[in-house]
Amino acid sequence: MEKRVVFRSAWLPFVLVAPQLAITVVFFFWPASQAIWYSFQLQDAFGLRSQFVGLQNFYTLFKDPNYLLSFRTTAVFSVAVAGIGIALSLLLAVMADRVVRGAMAYKTLLIWPYAVAAAVAGVLYAFMFAPSIGIVTFMLRQFGVHWNWVIDGNQAMLLVIMAAVWNQISYNFLFFLAGLQSIPKSLIEAAAIDGAGPGRRFWSIIFPLLSPTAFFLLVVNVVYAFFGTFGIIDAITQGGPAQSTTILVYKVYHDGVKAADLGGSSAQSVILMAIVIALTVVQFRYIERRVQY
Amino acid sequence: MVERRPWLDVLSHGILILGVIVIAFPVYVTFVASTLPLEEIMVAPMPLVPGDRLIENYSQVLFAGTATGSKAPVATMLFNSTVVALCITIGKIVISLISAFAIVYFRFRLRMFFFWMIFITLMLPVEVRIIPTFQVIADLHLLNSYAGLTLPLIASATATFLFRQFFMTIPDELAEAARMDGAGPLRFLWDVVVPLSKTSMAALFVIQFIYGWNQYLWPLLITTDESMYTAVIGIKRMIVGGDAANEWHLVMATAMLALLPPAAVVLVMQKWFVKGLVETEK
Repeated sequence: MEKRVVFRSAWLPFVLVAPQLAITVVFFFWPASQAIWYSFQLQDAFGLRSQFVGLQNFYTLFKDPNYLLSFRTTAVFSVAVAGIGIALSLLLAVMADRVVRGAMAYKTLLIWPYAVAAAVAGVLYAFMFAPSIGIVTFMLRQFGVHWNWVIDGNQAMLLVIMAAVWNQISYNFLFFLAGLQSIPKSLIEAAAIDGAGPGRRFWSIIFPLLSPTAFFLLVVNVVYAFFGTFGIIDAITQGGPAQSTTILVYKVYHDGVKAADLGGSSAQSVILMAIVIALTVVQFRYIERRVQY
Repeated sequence: MVERRPWLDVLSHGILILGVIVIAFPVYVTFVASTLPLEEIMVAPMPLVPGDRLIENYSQVLFAGTATGSKAPVATMLFNSTVVALCITIGKIVISLISAFAIVYFRFRLRMFFFWMIFITLMLPVEVRIIPTFQVIADLHLLNSYAGLTLPLIASATATFLFRQFFMTIPDELAEAARMDGAGPLRFLWDVVVPLSKTSMAALFVIQFIYGWNQYLWPLLITTDESMYTAVIGIKRMIVGGDAANEWHLVMATAMLALLPPAAVVLVMQKWFVKGLVETEK
C-alpha cells in the first residue's frame, strides 16, 4: 500500500527517520552482531584474551545435559502457561459474553492483572505460597498437602506457572472477548432456531470461529512464557531448586551475568534469537492468512 | 440473549465471580499484609482483615526504606519509575511518529531498507541480547543513569507500525489540500497528522507506560546505585533471604505502591488500553 500524494525533500525524510535508526543500530544491531561474534569466541578465565573457536561453544552447549534439561523445562513451562492460560481465559470470556447484567463490571475486574509487573506478581505468589508463613501454604496444610517449593522442583514449577498464568490472563481474556463479540449474532440465533443447545452452539459454531484468535494467542503466550516470565522466575525461584525452573532465557542471564561465561551465554542468545525469529515468522504467516480470508 | 436459561445464567455469574475472586486474592492478601505489624504475618495463618498499621508501614517505606534489605526510600524509586516510564513512553511515541511519517509521506532512497531494519527489531527482545547491550551501555558510560535505563527500550517497531497503519487511513485529499495551501511537510505533520493521531497516541501511551514502568531485567542489570532503583527493582532488592528474614509488611507495602500506578492507568484509561492492546498486535 502506498500513498498517492507525497511530499518532496532531499534531506527531511532522513532527518525524521534518523533518531529511530540510530537507536536501532546502537542498541539492536550492534549488540546482536556482538552476540553472534562472541558466540564463536572462547575467553580465558580472567576475560583478558579470547580466541576464535568456531562452533565449539555450540558443540559444548548441546553436550551439556543442563542445557538440554533447560530446553525440556522451557517446553513444559510454556505449554502449561499457554494451555492453562488460554483455557481459563476462554471460559471466563465465554461467560462474560453470555451475561447481560454486569458485563462491564466483570471486564473491569478481570483486566487489571495485566498492569502488574512480572517481578511483582512473582513476589506476591512467593509470599502467598511461602513454605512457613504463606496463607495458601497454611490452607493446603489443612487439606494434608505438604507444600514446600523451596525443596520440591515440581511444586516450584507449578508455582511459577500459576503466577505466569495469573499475570497473562487478562490479555487472553480481552482478545477472546473481542473475538466473541465479533461473531455475528445471526449465526447463533439460526443455530438456536435449528434446535442447537448452548453446548452444541459453542463447539460447532463459536469455537471454530474463535480458532484464529486462539492460535494467535497460542503464539503470543509461548513468546510470553519464553521471555516475559523472566521477572517471575527471578523473583520466586531464581531457576531452582536444582535448576527445575531454569528456562532458556534465565540460563542466558545466569551463565552470562552470574557465571560470566560470555561465549556460552552468547551462543545461547543466538539460539534464542533463532527461536524468536521462527516464532515471529509463524505469527506473520498466520496474520497474512487472516487478512486474506 | 437467544433464549432464557436461568440455570446457565446462574452458572455464568458463579464462574465469573469465582474468577474475579481468585484473580483479586493475591492483591488483597498483599494489601492486608501491608497494613499489619510483622509479628502478625510471621505467625501462620496471617489475619485476612486489614490491620491498623497502614500509615506507619507506608510512611516507613516511602521515606526510610527497609532495615534489612535495600535502604533506599521508596519515594525515590517511585520517582525513578515515573521518569523512566514517561521517558520510554514519550520517546517511543515521538520517534515512532516521525519515522512513520517519513516512511509514509516521502519517497526516498533506502526507504524500504530502513523500514525492514525497524521491522526486524520486533524479533529481538531485550532478553536475548542482554550482555552485549549491557556492554554498549557500559562503553557509553551510561550505567546508573536515566539515559541508560530508557534509551535501549525506546526503539519500538510496534509503535512505528501502528502509526504507519493509521497514516495509511488518512485521506489523501488532506495532504493535497495542505500542499495546495502551501503548507510544507512539517506544517502538515504538526497541524493535521498529529491532531488526527491523538487516539492512537493515547492507546500507545497506556501500553507503553505499563511496559516502561514494569521493566525488570534491564534495570536490574544496569542499576547498582540505590538512588537509581526503580520500584520494581526495589522490591526485589528488599527480599534478602528465607521466609523469616524478610520484612514482609514493608515488602508488601512497596508491592502495593509499585502496582497501583500502572493499575490506575489501566482502569482510568480502560477504553484506550483495550484499543492499544488489540491494535498493537495487528
